[in-house]
Amino acid sequence: MRLVLVGTSHHRAPVELRERVALDRENAARAAAELAAGGAEAVVLSTCNRTEAYVAHEDESAAQAIAATLFSDPELAPALYRLRDEAAALHLFRVAAGLDSLVPGEGEILGQVRVAYESGAPGPVLDHLFRQALHAGKKVRTQTAIAESPASVSAAAAALAQSVFGDLAGRRILLVGAGKVSELAARNLRSRGADVAFVANRTPERAAELAARIGAEPLPFDRIRDELARADVVVASTSAPGLVIRAEDVPPRRGRPLLLVDLAVPRDLDPAIHELDGCFLYDIDDLEAVVAESLASRRGEAERAERIVAGEAGRWRDWQASLDVVPAIASLRARAEEIRRAELDRVSGRLSDEERRALESVTARMLDKLLHLPTVRMKQAAVTADGVVYADAVRHLFGLGEDQR
Amino acid sequence: MAELLVWPALLAYSEAAVASAAEVRHPGVAGRLAIWGVRLGWLAQTALLVAQAAQADAFPWSTWAGALNLLSWLVVSVYLVWGCRASFRLLGLAVTPIAALLLAVAWAGGGTGAEGDHPGPLLAIHVALMLAGFAAFVLAAGLAGLYLWQERRLKRREPTLLRLRIPPLETLDRLESRTLYAGLVSLTLGILVGLASLAVDGGGLDTAMVVTVAAWIVYACYVLLRARGLRGRRAALYAVAALAAVLVVLPVTHFAG
Repeated sequence: MRLVLVGTSHHRAPVELRERVALDRENAARAAAELAAGGAEAVVLSTCNRTEAYVAHEDESAAQAIAATLFSDPELAPALYRLRDEAAALHLFRVAAGLDSLVPGEGEILGQVRVAYESGAPGPVLDHLFRQALHAGKKVRTQTAIAESPASVSAAAAALAQSVFGDLAGRRILLVGAGKVSELAARNLRSRGADVAFVANRTPERAAELAARIGAEPLPFDRIRDELARADVVVASTSAPGLVIRAEDVPPRRGRPLLLVDLAVPRDLDPAIHELDGCFLYDIDDLEAVVAESLASRRGEAERAERIVAGEAGRWRDWQASLDVVPAIASLRARAEEIRRAELDRVSGRLSDEERRALESVTARMLDKLLHLPTVRMKQAAVTADGVVYADAVRHLFGLGEDQR
Repeated sequence: MAELLVWPALLAYSEAAVASAAEVRHPGVAGRLAIWGVRLGWLAQTALLVAQAAQADAFPWSTWAGALNLLSWLVVSVYLVWGCRASFRLLGLAVTPIAALLLAVAWAGGGTGAEGDHPGPLLAIHVALMLAGFAAFVLAAGLAGLYLWQERRLKRREPTLLRLRIPPLETLDRLESRTLYAGLVSLTLGILVGLASLAVDGGGLDTAMVVTVAAWIVYACYVLLRARGLRGRRAALYAVAALAAVLVVLPVTHFAG
């Protein structure tokens, strides 16, 4: 079986081209089923950055043709890449590990690979390939620090909160502003165990809406100062033209740290707050510097991750090569078992139950021992170019029949 | 012969100190080298202490140099409780140079041999408790130092803030106070046992005893102030300053006396 990948991604195609072949989950599943209709195996992976068709078929050119049907738009042709066998597997492993993503190590892609696999039409080859890809993705994330550092401003804010407080459970988070940025920051904090206590906004209705979505309480804008005394983290992102919280609004902390994150431009929080004892104020530029540094360290970890996926691709190559000899091994074992069974049947009428059981056991063990070494040697040969030669020799020597190839 | 074990211990602690410093610039491998250095050093020093105990016909840690030897071992032992965790490895930056220095001074003063005094059992317990207390104060000061360093990085908004694995500020503050409480309990018991020993064996107060009681008062004040809200940077500064005062005053009064 040959594996073929045809696809396009953010590396080669701008969004205007990518959107022409972008598919949602249902359509990707339907496309995979259509590609597999002629006896092939097919999985379609479609995300905002890529659309790729993985096809496994006995005939490589047929597999290429099947996969290419998904990208019939002639304008796409220069943006397409075509990979096969080990190169295709390595590509998928890199994708699953987040190494082909805009932000190295981003976590969402692994889930998208899983969805593509589950909604595709895999057979033995693609089943093995995608399981190994999911394994490689997890392995990279557990054995390297590629996914540990934050890759966005709101994730950096949440990571900073952890570096001050550790466990965020039970911490009082105050959101000032109820826009998309606030919501994103709130979700990042919640994903790390924090409970957002209050949402304050000049428009009370919007504060109430966001508070309801994230399980917090709306807070009147004029009560922000009261809550500052009890808050542990303040995230501000209003569109107010001036400062919303001034240094004199912050009560003495008495050694209790207060992290303030200002995501607004123009800024909502008085820079002088940072000079107060126990207060740490980070604005958007500070957070972007943290993210930039974090992405640099991710790229460093990516080198280790590349070695891991290369190892996985090597294992895939060995497995795929073994497919050439597996039918011959199976035929050989089946033939041997058939002969053993026939000979046992011939004499079993003259044997007691106990003798028959003993004979069954002895002949089965003999067969296993006899076939063990040829099986191992054929699998070893399969990794090199000799696999097919060995398989043909075994079929010829034991008369295994050409129809089983 | 057993005294030769000082060298692998010293070498390993020194390697750990250098590796801990390297960890700040290149996190990862250096941190692992540091913790292995501490582990190997601790094993060598443990073997040294066992050999000292086996060979000595007296209590080998009752001299000032012997006490420093035992103190450095206790400091490293307590550090190893947390130091194996990746987030606490940088504590080695404060602990390993102190351990190496204490051990080197102990060796120079003859505290790694088999010689010793013949104190009664009460005095031996007193020494062990006092040293455990001071080991805890060293650790608390190390944690406080780490707190001050991390707080400074947060204040300076260093972009590399998240690259180094350092315990959160609040965790450091909490551990610093707990370690210091444990040290104070040990010191209190040590003083009580010391007083009992004086009553049994006889003897009077000397300058070192007065300084020890003064140190107890300083640390007891920390506990009182903490109960009244002393936290964070000020608490950390207090813990570091208290240890610095003890480290300066105790040897001076010991040798002056």
